[in-house]
Parts: sequence; structure tokens; C-alpha cells
Amino acid sequence: MITLDSVSKWYGKFQVLTDCTTAVNKGDVVVVCGPSGSGKSTLIKCINALEPFQKGSIFVDGTSVGRAKTDLPKLRSKVGMVFQHFELFPHLSIINNLTIAPIKVLKRSKDEAIENAMQLLDRVGLKSQAQKFPGQLSGGQQQRVAIARALTMDPIVMLFDEPTSALDPEMVSEVLDVMVELAQEGMTMMVVSHEMGFARKVADRVIFMDQGCIVEDTSKEEFFGSARSERAQQFLSKILSH
Amino acid sequence: MGKYNWNWNIFFEEVATGGEKYYQWLLSGLGWTVATALCAWVIALILGFLVGVIRTTPIKWLSIAGDAYVELFRNIPLIVQMFLWFFVLPDLLPQAAGDWLKQDMPLPEFTTAVVSLAFFTSSRVAEQVKTGILALPRGQRNAGLAVGFTLPQVYRYVLLPMAFRIIIPPLTSEFMNVFKNSSVALTIGLLELTAQARQMNEYTFQGFETFTIATVLYVIVSFTANRLMASIEYRVRVPGYIGGGR
Ligand SMILES: Nc1ncnc2c1ncn2[C@@H]1O[C@H](COP(=O)(O)OP(=O)(O)OP(=O)(O)O)[C@@H](O)[C@H]1O
Ligand SMILES: [Mg+2]
Repeated sequence: MITLDSVSKWYGKFQVLTDCTTAVNKGDVVVVCGPSGSGKSTLIKCINALEPFQKGSIFVDGTSVGRAKTDLPKLRSKVGMVFQHFELFPHLSIINNLTIAPIKVLKRSKDEAIENAMQLLDRVGLKSQAQKFPGQLSGGQQQRVAIARALTMDPIVMLFDEPTSALDPEMVSEVLDVMVELAQEGMTMMVVSHEMGFARKVADRVIFMDQGCIVEDTSKEEFFGSARSERAQQFLSKILSH
Repeated sequence: MGKYNWNWNIFFEEVATGGEKYYQWLLSGLGWTVATALCAWVIALILGFLVGVIRTTPIKWLSIAGDAYVELFRNIPLIVQMFLWFFVLPDLLPQAAGDWLKQDMPLPEFTTAVVSLAFFTSSRVAEQVKTGILALPRGQRNAGLAVGFTLPQVYRYVLLPMAFRIIIPPLTSEFMNVFKNSSVALTIGLLELTAQARQMNEYTFQGFETFTIATVLYVIVSFTANRLMASIEYRVRVPGYIGGGR
């Protein structure tokens, strides 16, 4: 579904990603963790071309992301993305947040888009909020709407960039519940997160990054059993201690 | 200084050279002021949004061109720009085009005033539009791209609607400025409100009455412009958004 081959990226002279190689198969849930500044967000943004990269190659569903001729909007419309700060469109009501892309990008009819959006809102438990605006919802609710918005495009894979780290603690679980459900339904997911409970529950693999490199790329069992690198060990003990 | 003869009836007296009354001069001036300002404003909004947008695109040469445009039209005084458009441009153009501007263009003073005021104002609108777009969270652009929008669609559906709402207050003062700035057009011979007031003063020597009424008319126009923008601001407010009310 997604393959990365020796992806390297620089910001000016500063190398953010170094030879990152990995793959996400259909139906896989891969959790990416690592210290702040290790390049997790950058890596995940490279996958749907929100950031360019200078070396290596990324394929999503057989399409090369880095090739100049690639129809990026079309590619991105198949890849759902959920951001740390939700990034709902503040001037649109919840229902319009969910229908605008299907209508404008997928050329669905308004009725069809609304029907689909209402189903998805129901699924994330927010059907009753359809007519409200993002600013009127709590952080947890906004993030669930953001997940539903990504799902309106029938994505083949979902990318999450720290979806719960901007949330108040009591709202984390309502978002994670939605993500767990999604994972259990077989959605292909790549999730940057430090929620190790989530990783334990649904991850197939865990990737650990440090200083732009993929240091660990192992099955969940191995990662939590005997995380090999010292760096990962340290990191794990730090985030598990609180 | 001799005693000033107040005469508020002067506006209803007939002009010495016949036909009209003085209040009709002022009304006609007001008409040209409003027409000039509104036409210039519409063009300035279109150009200003275009230029403001291209200054925030990732396409390097476009944003440099946009910056140059703004620097050019914002830093040359309006009165100089108006002279350049009116007196200099026709001589710089090929003969035929220059002659057309000088001889055949309909309403030359009005048209030139609108064009120069529009370009001048558009540079100021462009500055606000750029500021508004850059004030939005950076993630909004990515969120728009991530759902599959093209870059123009991201601007149309995501960035501009919010940027517009943010910049309504500064746009309001620009809108009010257009009416005031239109008075510069008297220097190229447009008989707008200030020009008509000046002419009336020269005919009647009733300067206090004349300029009092002219001032009142400008205030009314400004106030109306202000209310119009305020009502737009109210109508597009976003529920739950900071400063959006409710
Ligand atoms: N636009 C940019 N220009 C220059 N450097 C950048 C830019 N964006 C990110 N960086 C740098 O690249 C490195 C990786 O950033 P990235 O956001 O991918 O890290 P991260 O692993 O997601 O960290 P966090 O956990 O804090 O979100 C950091 O050192 C950061 O300072
Ligand atoms: Mg990050």
C-alpha cells in the first residue's frame, strides 16, 4: 500500500530524514513514535506530498509520490489525514466541513454527500452536532469530526499526526476509541502517536524514529517485549512512566 | 477682516451663468465622487485579492512579481500616479493608442481617476489580503490540500473565506479612504465634490456654507460605507469563532 525506499530530506543543510525505508501493507496499523524533532511529522507529510523530499522514493497504491507528473490532488484525495490541531475549516458548519471535499473533488451530488456525511457523523457519535460550527465543539469532538471528514473521501489509507496530543486528557479516549474501531474494521493506518495503550491494542507494527532515522521497525510484540536499541528503551521508559 | 455674511439660502440660488442652482452643483459633484470611488473600489478589490493571493503562493517568481506590484503602487503618492496616468502615459504609448487616450476615450477625467485610484487602492488591499492569509494557522493550507483540493481550490474554499473575515476591519478603512482619496481627481479636472465646492466658493464667496455642506456630505458617505461593511461583517460572522460572536 505504502512503500518508502531510502527517503532523505533536507531543510537547507539540515538533514531531517535519513534513508528511511519501510512499508505499510493493506490493513496494517503502524504506529510511529520517537522523541520530539525526530522527523515523525515530516515523514508522514512526505507520504501525501505535503512536504517534498530530495532522495529516495515513496509509492502510495502504486503511484510514485515524488514524480513531477503525479496528480497530487488525486493522490491526496485517496489518503486521509488527521492533524494534531484538527484543522477543521472554521467558517463551515460541521456538515459542510464533511461535504465540501466530496462535492468539489469527487463531484458527488449534494444529497449523496450529505447522506454519507451523516452516516459518518453518526459513527463518530456526533450526528446531533451537524449544524454547529467547529468553534462550538470541544477538542475531542473536533478531532472526531476531523476523522469523519477524512473518511468522507473513502480513503485507502489514513495518516494520523499526533491526533490526541493537543487534547485535554479526558478527551483522549473518545478519539482513541474511534481510531481503535477504525483499525478493527481493517483500515490501513499510519499513526504518529505516543499513546502506547493504543499501540498495544491495535498496532501490527511499531516504528521508532530518532534524529531522522528509522531506528526500530518491528512487530508490536517485539517492540514491547525487548525493544532492542538503547535509545528506544530509554524513550519507552520515559513515556511509559507517566 | 470684514463681517462675514452668512447665507444658507445660497444653495437654492441660481448660478450666475444660468440654468442650475448651486445645490445641484454639489449633488452632481457628490455623484461623481461616489461613482469614482465605487468603480475604483470594485476594481481594487479584484486586483487586490489577486495580487494578495499570488504573494502567498509557493511559486517564487509570482510572489516576487506581486511584491513588486505592491511596492510600486503603494509608495508613489496618489496625486503623482494620477498625473502619470493622465499626462504622461499617452505619450509613452504607441502613437495610435496615445491619440485614442487623448482624444477618443470617453469621460477621460473620470476613467483616469478610476484607474489610478483602483491601482493605488489595490496595492493596499493586496497588503491586507496577504496579512490575512498569513494570519491563518499554517495547518489550514495542508488540511485543504490533504482532502484533495488543488491549490486554487484551497484558496477558494479554505484560505480566502477566513482571511476575508479577518481583514474586514482594515478593509473598512480602505473603503472609506477611497471616497476621501477620490478628491485628488480634481487635479486632473474631474468635477467631483471637492472641485464643485471649490468652484461654488469662487462664484459665491460663501466658503463657510459651501465647505460645511461638502464636509457633511463626505461624512455621510463615509458613515454609510462604514455601516455597509459592518453589516457585511455581521452577516459573515462565524459562530464560535473568536470575535465571531454568539
Ligand atoms: N519548515 C521547517 N524548516 C526547517 N526545519 C524544520 C521545518 N519543519 C521541521 N523542521 C525541523 O525538522 C525536524 C523534524 O521535525 P518534525 O516536525 O518532523 O519532528 P517530529 O518528530 O514530528 O517532532 P514533534 O514530536 O515535536 O512533533 C525538527 O528538528 C524541526 O526543527
Ligand atoms: Mg510532529
